[in-house]
Order: sequence, then structure tokens, then C-alpha cells
Amino acid sequence: MTAVATLAASIRELRKDYVLSGETVHALRGVSFDVPEGDYISIMGPSGSGKSTLLNLLGCLDRPTSGSFLLGGEDVAKMNDDQLSETRAKRIGFVFQSYNLLPALTVVENIEMPLYYGGRLDGETRDRCVELAKLVGLGNRLDHRPSQLSGGQQQRVAIARSLVNDPRFMLADEPTGNLDSVMTAEILDLLATLNAEGRTIILVTHENEVAERTSRTIVLRDGHILTDERR
Amino acid sequence: MARWWRTLKLSIKSLLLHPLRSALTVLGIFIGVAGVIWLLSIGEGIGRAAEEQIAGLGARNIIVRTIKPSADEVQDAGYGLTRDDYIRLLATVPTIDKAIPIREVSREFRNGTRKFEGRCVGCTPDYAEVARLEPKMGRFLSDGDLINQSNYCVLAAETADRLFPFGDPIGQKIMVDEHFFVVIGVMKSRAPSAGIGGSVAAEDFSRDVYIPITTMETRMGDMEVVMKPGQFQRDLKELSQITIQVKDRDLVLPTVDVVRDTIARNHTLADYGVTVPLELLQQAQTTRLMFMLFLGLIAAVSLVVGGIGIMNIMLATVTERTREIGIRRALGAKRRDITQQFLAEAVVLSVVGGLLGIVGGLLCRPISILIRGRLLDWFPEQMSTLPEIVRTVEPMMVSWSIPLAFAISVIVGVTFGVYPAIRAAQLDPIEALRHE
Repeated sequence: MTAVATLAASIRELRKDYVLSGETVHALRGVSFDVPEGDYISIMGPSGSGKSTLLNLLGCLDRPTSGSFLLGGEDVAKMNDDQLSETRAKRIGFVFQSYNLLPALTVVENIEMPLYYGGRLDGETRDRCVELAKLVGLGNRLDHRPSQLSGGQQQRVAIARSLVNDPRFMLADEPTGNLDSVMTAEILDLLATLNAEGRTIILVTHENEVAERTSRTIVLRDGHILTDERR
Repeated sequence: MARWWRTLKLSIKSLLLHPLRSALTVLGIFIGVAGVIWLLSIGEGIGRAAEEQIAGLGARNIIVRTIKPSADEVQDAGYGLTRDDYIRLLATVPTIDKAIPIREVSREFRNGTRKFEGRCVGCTPDYAEVARLEPKMGRFLSDGDLINQSNYCVLAAETADRLFPFGDPIGQKIMVDEHFFVVIGVMKSRAPSAGIGGSVAAEDFSRDVYIPITTMETRMGDMEVVMKPGQFQRDLKELSQITIQVKDRDLVLPTVDVVRDTIARNHTLADYGVTVPLELLQQAQTTRLMFMLFLGLIAAVSLVVGGIGIMNIMLATVTERTREIGIRRALGAKRRDITQQFLAEAVVLSVVGGLLGIVGGLLCRPISILIRGRLLDWFPEQMSTLPEIVRTVEPMMVSWSIPLAFAISVIVGVTFGVYPAIRAAQLDPIEALRHE
């Protein structure tokens, strides 16, 4: 096996400019790093440092102005909108700070959504979603709506949803930002377990305690990497 | 297929989140679609009624009728169609299949002490066919009766009932003026024919007595004396009407010209009128088409209003659900998926409205008849001043109006749903996710 093959992602000279009311904002000014398969990375930095922009790029929600982002060998920067959507549906697991569950859908329906858009719905879909709900400890809440769940439970649904397409690459945007310390610990345990299974996880956080649970911390400032330390 | 089914279920679910709002939007389409069907049905009903009236006179017929000229023009020599006119027509117009000379006078019919005011019609055997009379008992007049100038008569149904309430009238005698006539037949009752303008007035066949026209000529003459307070009025005319039946429908219009010329040559007074049911029928059909087109346009306007309602609600929905769109996009929905979802919702709204509208349209006939019945009961005076057609018309469902209405509702849904759906799909996923 070559070194490249073991990389989950490879980021080279990534730049992103926005035009905001006539002025160009350089959100990322050339960021490069490699993400080996199975890595657990936290990205930190003050607001405006470009960490959200970076996460959006890593999550294939956006394309860089220049530079390359290889995800499993494919250059995301060259994909069109439909290919980006497909990549999101099939290869990336997303966890958001505000959970982003659809209030009208039940737990199971929320979990199965990425499969729907990945075109992978079949007879076993529900079984798989139920299994995931059990994995995150919500086996008895299958047909509840998000509004009937606590914040931690909602975030666990969101994690189950991010797992439904069995992604090797997971992104979490301040997953514990809205949770108390008990819940935070629960979620971090869950993420650690997933990482131990071999999934690559990149999370953005403000909190040192959260960053300390990861194996590598990248600190951004003004669109540059300030430090990149492995624990 | 499964995918479509899911999209459908999803859109129904989303729509049910705002039941009132969805119902009101559906109402807009419902009114439009039901309106199209109602207006088309009523238009068809009116058109059919008019056509039936005209067709009742016979599409192959040409009706030439005596019209009484103004009093100072009437000469002692009499007026109107003559037996010579009839003979000339038969002799000179080859396309005529049948021609029936008819003379109608008012008479009192008597059977012993029973009396009955009615119409005495002198005619030929073909009259029964052309007037669409069928025998109930006995037979109609025959050629022999005509040649022999027999004292035979045939009664209309009501005349028979009044003069012979008990028992069989066949073979009995009735008295007209001072003459006895033997009853040889009774005709079935038929619906009165309506007047269609021109020289043809409404005809009620229920109070008739038919006798051979030859008998009428010899027994009653051509002179009628009408007694009015303070004066006698003399009325000298040989025939009231000549009904011509042409061999083929296509020959009607050419024949009419010849008939007009032939009669005009021997009349200096405007004492007759020619009515051609076929011409009227064609006019009525054109009018009906215009009428329905016009009604259809009115209904189409209401459909457009309904469509704008859909567009309005969908645009509001897109704004309201920006975050949902962001989430779906982040989880892998393509632009196409989002377009589909919102388009499906618009189409579901319009199709539900369309289907309900079709049901509402099917109820047109019973409901309108019910309402009219109620109105006739509650406001008989006001209703009686309305035109005949309003009081009698029965809406006729036009079969193609159902697929038309359904297609229109789908088209409205797609047309007015496509812009909001595209707008939803064009949202930037990152922006949409940030949206509160």
C-alpha cells in the first residue's frame, strides 16, 4: 500500500475568497494538510479564522477558489453541483452544532434521509435505521419527533443519521456546542467509539476539553494554519 | 417508481403540516375547475335545448307559413298561401320529397253534451310523420280518406280524453260545426314544439282534431268569421302552412331558394314567411360554440387566479423552509431533488383541487336543478319573469370537460409551481443552513 492510498483526504494550498458587499474577503489563504485514514482531528481558532469555511469545503458544500481537495483520490474542487451532492450523500457523515433534524419527520425518517438522496433505499433500510438508533441509545424512541427529544438525544439522532451511509469520513461542526457537560461527554464517547472503528473524524470546536479528546489539533488564524499538533 | 411514491408521500406530509393553508389553496383550484365544468355543462344544456327545439321541426323540412298582413292590406280576395301555391311547388321543385298542405282553424268539438275547444287541422296523411305523431289507437288519415273527402277524423290524446272520458272513441262520432265526423284513430301525446322565431310559433299538439284537408275545404270553406265585440272579422285564407320535406339534408338550402322564388311570383303581399330549421340549427350550433368558448374563458380566468394562489403559497413555503432545504442539500439532495419536491407539492395541491373540482362539476346537474326548484317554490313571481331557457335548461355534462379540467389543473400546478421550486433549488446550501 502506498502512502497516498492510506490518506482519507489531502488538502493542498486551499484558498477561498468571498465577495461580500463589494469587498473580497480572503477566508482561507492557502491551507495544506493531509488526513490519514482513521485520524481524529479537531480544528480550532477564533471566529473569522476560516474554520467554518474549511469545514464547508471539507464537507463538499462548497468549492475552493483555488487549490485542491482530494477526497479518497478524487478532486472535489473539480466536481459539479450534482457530483458534490452525490459525494455528500454517499461518502460524508455530517453532524451539526444545531443538530439540523427535520421537525416533521420521526427519528427513523430523519436517519434514513441521506440514503434517500444517495438512491440507496431498499427493503432493509428501516432495519438499518433502527439498528443505528439502537446504537446511539434511542431504540425506544424510533417514532418520536425531534421536538420530543432532549438536545443530547437529538444530537445522537444526528450522529445516527450521519452514519447511515456508512461513511469513512465524518465531519462535526461544534457537535457539543449546545450541550451540557454530561451530554457532551456522551457525544464525545460516541465519536471516540466511531473513530476507534476506523472512521476518520474532523470536528470543529471552541473548547479545549473537546479538542483534548482528539488525536490531532489544527489551529487556524486569519485563514492560515497556525499550529498542527499531534497528541 | 418507489422514488416518485416517496416524493408524493413527502409532499403530502409537508402540505398537511399547514392544513388550513393547503385547503384554501386547493379551494382556489377547486373553484376554477368546477367553474369550467359548470359553465361548459350549462352552455351545453342551453345549446342542446335550442338544437332539439329546432331539430324537432325537422332538419330536412322547409316550413312556409301564412302570415296575416296588416289590416288595411288585407283584401277581400283573402291572403296567404293557396292551394295553387302547393300544386305549383309540387310540380316545379323536383327535390321535394313530400309537401303537406295544412289549414288550421279554431273550433268547438262536441260529443253529445261534452264540449271542447281546440284546433281543427286539415292535412294529408304525411302530416303524422312530419309532425312526429304516432297512433295510440286506430290509424291516421289515409290517401283514400283524402280522395273520398271522408268525414273521418283523428283525435289528439287530450281531445280524446275530454270528449270520450269513458270508453273507446274509435267508431264514435263527434260534431264540428254542423258536421259529424267518425273517429278513426287517436294519436299519442307528444311534447309541444317551441316557437323558434321567424314565422313559426309554438305548437301544442294536445288539443287537435285532424281531418282530411279536402274534407275541410268542402265542408268548411276558406272563410272564417271571427266575432269580436262590435264587429265581425272575416278571414279568407286557403292554407295556413305548407310543410316541405326535402329528399336529402344537403338539398335543403338550394331548395329553399327555389321555393322562395316560386311562391314570390304569385304573391304581392308579404303574407307568408319561410322558416328553414336547418339554417337555424347551423346558426344555433355556431352560437353555442361561441357561447361555450366565452364561458370557458371566464372559467379560465378563475383558474389562473387559483394558480397564482398556488404560486404565492409555494413562494412563502420556500422562504419558510429555507433551513430545511439547506439540511436536505447538506445531506446530499441534488438541486433536481429539491425542485422535484416543491413541484410535487404544487402539483399535489392543484391535482387535489382538480379532482375535487371534477366531483363538484359532476354535481352541477343535480345541484342546479335543486336550486332552481327551491327558487321556483320560494319566489314563483320573480322566477316567472325570467326567460324560458333559464327556467327549463338542464345542464349537460360535456364528456371531454373532465379530462380537460384535470389536464388544466395539472398544467396550472406545474406552471405556477415551477418558479418557486427552481428558486428553492437555487438556494446556496451554506446560506440556507445558516438561515434561522
